[in-house]
Amino acid sequence: MSEITRRTALRGAAGLLAVPALVERANAQSAFDWKRFKGERVEVSLVANPRSTLLFQYHKEFEELTGIRVGAEQIPEQQHRQKFAIEFASGRPSFDVINISLHVNKLQVGRAKWCTDLRPLIADASMTAPDLDMADFGPAAVTYATQADGRLDTLPLDVDHFILYVNKDLVAAKNVAVPQTFDELYTAAKALTDPSKQQYGFVGRGLRNANMTLWSSFLLGTQQRDMIDANRKLITDTPDAVWATQQYARLMRECAPPGANSFNWNECQTTFMQGRAAFWIDGVGYAAPLEDPKRSRVAGKLGYAVVPAGPAHRHSAFFCTGLGISEASQRRGPAWFYIQWVLNKQNQLRMLATGAGAPTRLSAYANEEGLKGSTFPREYFTTLAESIRIARPGLPEIGPVTEFRDTIGSALVNVLGGADATAELKKATDAFRPVLEASEKGA
Amino acid sequence: MSGNAATHSAPLAPAVATPRRRNYARRYWMFVVPAGVVVISVILFPWLFTLFMSTHEWKIGGGHHFVGLDNYRKLFTDERFLWSMVRTLYFTALAVIGPMVLGVAAALVFNRNFPLRGLARTIFILPMMATPVAVALVWTMMFHPQLGVLNWLLSQFGIPPSMWVYDAKTVIPTLVMVEIWHWTPLVMLITLGGLASLPQDPYEAAKIDGASPLQSFWHITLPLLAPFLVVALIIRTIDALKAFDTIYVITQGGPGTSSETINIFLYLQGFAYYNMGYASAVVVVFFTMIVGLASLLLWTRKRVKA
Repeated sequence: MSEITRRTALRGAAGLLAVPALVERANAQSAFDWKRFKGERVEVSLVANPRSTLLFQYHKEFEELTGIRVGAEQIPEQQHRQKFAIEFASGRPSFDVINISLHVNKLQVGRAKWCTDLRPLIADASMTAPDLDMADFGPAAVTYATQADGRLDTLPLDVDHFILYVNKDLVAAKNVAVPQTFDELYTAAKALTDPSKQQYGFVGRGLRNANMTLWSSFLLGTQQRDMIDANRKLITDTPDAVWATQQYARLMRECAPPGANSFNWNECQTTFMQGRAAFWIDGVGYAAPLEDPKRSRVAGKLGYAVVPAGPAHRHSAFFCTGLGISEASQRRGPAWFYIQWVLNKQNQLRMLATGAGAPTRLSAYANEEGLKGSTFPREYFTTLAESIRIARPGLPEIGPVTEFRDTIGSALVNVLGGADATAELKKATDAFRPVLEASEKGA
Repeated sequence: MSGNAATHSAPLAPAVATPRRRNYARRYWMFVVPAGVVVISVILFPWLFTLFMSTHEWKIGGGHHFVGLDNYRKLFTDERFLWSMVRTLYFTALAVIGPMVLGVAAALVFNRNFPLRGLARTIFILPMMATPVAVALVWTMMFHPQLGVLNWLLSQFGIPPSMWVYDAKTVIPTLVMVEIWHWTPLVMLITLGGLASLPQDPYEAAKIDGASPLQSFWHITLPLLAPFLVVALIIRTIDALKAFDTIYVITQGGPGTSSETINIFLYLQGFAYYNMGYASAVVVVFFTMIVGLASLLLWTRKRVKA
């Protein structure tokens, strides 16, 4: 038996002193702790919109909960898409967490593997809060965020459902009922249009590219519904596509303000806020500014309805955004904690209750108690719930989405200018088809 | 005067590589290195790399492979690119002629003495100092067909409203209007500098000979001002060809593609569609076009000076 020397005793004592730290570390590896990354920092790049503004208001809450400091930026949507693509391509993006428009950039981000697969993090009990509750996320939104190879590189943050905004005063003045079909919408809008009073029956996006999100609402009402078929071939020059274009064009030409062919959402919002349009089809996220009495003349006089039905179907076009972690990030832990906090039940409820957008957690819609405090009318929530029930993607899941939107969108502008819908769609579809085929080959 | 001219026009001694010169070059070559490094890294390398990319199918977030001159071939059969070229030339022609004519007229006015001339000059050059993006945002609001102040002003005079940038037919003339408002002061300043340097003797002689003010302007002022006007013309032409910020902020190339100039087309190809190879080919063609035009103008300037 070896003799216990002073050195051995000191080593043993030091070992005993280290046990609590080791135990704490072992516990940290097995049990979730919000303070695990205390003192670290996370860089976040968000799209400028009411959802991000809401998060900015509560960042302090996250910092107090985790001890992680947040460096965040909000950039307008189009510029944000360009910025993050360039930064990702450089190999050293400045952000850890990125907000992605899945309807535009999902395939691009997925093919380049720019974002981390979140599944291992979700499965790791030491990294994931027990109340993350993946089952609470709408299955459609999670499926939409999942890449073709099964990777879940973003978690869905919000879904933008297209709805019909109604100026109740204008509609009541002429005793017009809220339209249930696109034909009824045209008839009602036509009856409410009076250019001499600068009053128009309808307003909607006409600007190239942006107009595709509105046009899809019409196409979704047809038998065809989609822009690509099951073989991933472009079908934007079919009789159904022509019908959708003609419906869209007659409404915009005859019932919308002059110049609407260059209107994006902000011009539409201004026109509607000024009380100069009776109907507006656009994303649900505009309810908050429209209901703001300081900015809007229609606050409190707003009606909400589901997008009208087409000849074959009734759908609400949806567009989804998600949050992902940069593959190049050295701070994946803090980044994952940030995403969990953003997507927690309280933040998702806040988004819904303030009219900032439609959350992806189902519990937010079921939380009657939480929604009681909301200033939004009941009609807003019922419209949203019905839109979710009939939701369908508003854009095809293809790589070159922006080029697609520009090409077909230009054709739509030409039709608004009086060109023939069949000829314009044929020309635009022929122009884009090789681009799509090349993209599909590279997939 | 003639002696001076003789001194300036004396031909330089040919650079014969004498042993002394060779020694000089050998000893001091390192002083050229910093400038050489800068030129290679910020001018030569980007250019060579752009040329290299233009011969590749190159997508941001995707791979790249060599395609030879395919991007160039595609470019000259791409209707959208060809139309953007036509629009660029149309826009440039109007955006050069407008400020040149108005700038010269304004300079002639401001060259005369009248009360508060200094204040009037200062006010006149204010647009030039404004940031193009801020200017474009303000004009965007003013062009709004229903809520903009311009149509309200027209209505005060009983003139029907205009669609300004919201109509394919009026969009480029309207954008040119913004350019004229923004850049006429620059032409005015250059011309005013020229006018201040003109000798008075020819005018006095012309007056004695009974020349009318118009004849004085046409036969004295304009020929003497020509070198200054050519400088203004070169600057304006290059500026108008490069115009991007104003057009992008106000119309983003719309309605449809009716104000899509080469710069907007290039930007969309590179940063919206991520086709860096194709965008590089556009850059090469556009650069060649600008260099060609600038060379032509410089040649004209030399002829004017001679």
